[in-house]
Amino acid sequence: MSILVLAEHDNASLNAATLAVVSAAKAIGGDVDVLVAGEGCGAVAEQAAQVDGVSKVLVADNAAYGHQLAENLSLLITELGKGYSHILAAASTTGKNVLPRVAALLDVDQISDIIAVESADTFKRPIYAGNAIATVQSSAPVKVITVRGTAFDKAAETGGSASVEQVGAAHDAGTSAFVGEELAKSDRPELAAAGIVVSGGRGMGNGENFEILYSLADKLGAAVGASRAAVDAGFVPNDMQVGQTGKIVAPELYVAVGISGAIQHLAGMKESKIIVAINKDEEAPIFQVADYGLVADLFEAVPELTGKV
Amino acid sequence: MKVLVAVKRVIDYNVKVRVKSDNTDVDLTNVKMAINPFCEIAVEEAVRLKEQGVASEIVVVSMGPKACQEQIRTALALGADRGIQVETEDKLDSLAVAKLLKAVYDEEKPDLVILGKQAIDSDNNQTGQMFAALTGLPQGTFASEVKVADGKVSVTREIDGGLQTVALNLPAVVTTDLRLNEPRYASLPNIMKAKRKPLDVKTPADLGVEVASSVTLLKVEAPAERSAGIKVGSVDELVEKLKNEAKVI
Ligand SMILES: Cc1cc2nc3c(=O)[nH]c(=O)nc-3n(C[C@H](O)[C@H](O)[C@H](O)COP(=O)(O)OP(=O)(O)OC[C@H]3O[C@@H](n4cnc5c(N)ncnc54)[C@H](O)[C@@H]3O)c2cc1C
Repeated sequence: MSILVLAEHDNASLNAATLAVVSAAKAIGGDVDVLVAGEGCGAVAEQAAQVDGVSKVLVADNAAYGHQLAENLSLLITELGKGYSHILAAASTTGKNVLPRVAALLDVDQISDIIAVESADTFKRPIYAGNAIATVQSSAPVKVITVRGTAFDKAAETGGSASVEQVGAAHDAGTSAFVGEELAKSDRPELAAAGIVVSGGRGMGNGENFEILYSLADKLGAAVGASRAAVDAGFVPNDMQVGQTGKIVAPELYVAVGISGAIQHLAGMKESKIIVAINKDEEAPIFQVADYGLVADLFEAVPELTGKV
Repeated sequence: MKVLVAVKRVIDYNVKVRVKSDNTDVDLTNVKMAINPFCEIAVEEAVRLKEQGVASEIVVVSMGPKACQEQIRTALALGADRGIQVETEDKLDSLAVAKLLKAVYDEEKPDLVILGKQAIDSDNNQTGQMFAALTGLPQGTFASEVKVADGKVSVTREIDGGLQTVALNLPAVVTTDLRLNEPRYASLPNIMKAKRKPLDVKTPADLGVEVASSVTLLKVEAPAERSAGIKVGSVDELVEKLKNEAKVI
């Protein structure tokens, strides 16, 4: 068996999500090769070569892959992927965008968002917003899989010494073009990788009020997340949404502030080690999953908490 | 311009699904079903394009058993012009749906195909991308804004780091995210009108598509439940617990 892992990166550094995918690949067993497709992405390839357990790094450095456009990248992965038993990517917006395209080009079903490897062909994955866990077996000649990052330990960033090989023709489908992006800038830790996450919901009332959460987060070294309602209302940007259809987090500590605890929100955070809920409604469903619940007005409790931690 | 919208019948998003006691699947008997919320957003976007004079006809398609005609009627009540049901009792995986959709696409030749980014039952997030691959069309997934002009569609996408905008040649595929629009409610007169709109029924065999899957569902289990926690009486007590009991700060 040999496994191809699609590296997640921004042409400058390797995203930690890839380390979890490498772990999933190692759990499947066999040689693990990492594909770094991008533009001017040599530094990423060097980092990937250091990752523990990686046999070979394939680098496709071309303008066509600079922005990870699915139309181009899927052609490359399909070409390279034919010799592999498995093709894996993170269940990130990049992986979700590209991998189903690869699966269809290879005429195989895809298995999305796995949380456990049972054997080389059998995997567990959450369905129905995590209210059920399916065990599925694939008979596809190439298994195309996305991996939930929070479900696997990260492979060590060092200890490996993979060879680096330039590969792949430039595939430019010519049907799509990158126009621009607005990336969130923050000095706080990345939501998906943070050890502590503080999230606000509709109860925050408006965007300015999120400042009290930022103060708490900065004191704790935490990332800040949000419910869908807070994003829809324009309090905070979309990249902060935690949940079934947003980001999945599983930190050591998750603090839900002014969040009711809808199933779609719980789907994104209920694997957290410790959950704290601050809500003025003692009947709020979030208390059913909280290790520590505080029935209080958040505008009093949060500043007090910030002062005391 | 003609727009094709694909919709799926799923469990209502307010319902918490239960696992069957024999662990073969989830139990959907007597459960309230509805149009997948992301598909509803897709229909709404198509209707808005028609209202702006960009789209001239909206065709809505669903694959599944007879009951999915209800969801096609919902889409027709929201403003789609006609429906197509691809009738099958088989369990369909995303690739099979993408193949069926391609067959419909080849017959209908729309300029834009809009789907939801994921169905809230299987949570796969695959069909739009697979369909785009099979047809060789460009894709704008997880869209929060769609603008059609000069033979292209500009799609703003919700990505992990923020927002990304891509320009796609038409025909193109768009999959919707939550912020694209807020679907309207169908009015009673429109619900009545929808009953008389045309709805064609086809089978996978009519379309020449094999719907077999390479994935076998071995088991479905309930997730591990979190054990109930406690209520603390004050911020001081919370801090004390987090420091000394949970040891997370
Ligand atoms: C297809 C689909 C996908 C979805 N995906 C997601 C997702 O990924 N993530 C997600 O989060 N949601 C998602 N949702 C939405 C979800 O169903 C809920 O609507 C949403 O999570 C509610 O957000 P909320 O808890 O902030 O708001 P509400 O449910 O309105 O809760 C606000 C809470 O704040 C409390 N509160 C108000 N004022 C105060 C105060 N001063 N002090 C203390 N507490 C206060 C209230 O008691 C209440 O419990 C999705 C829904 C659909 C249909």
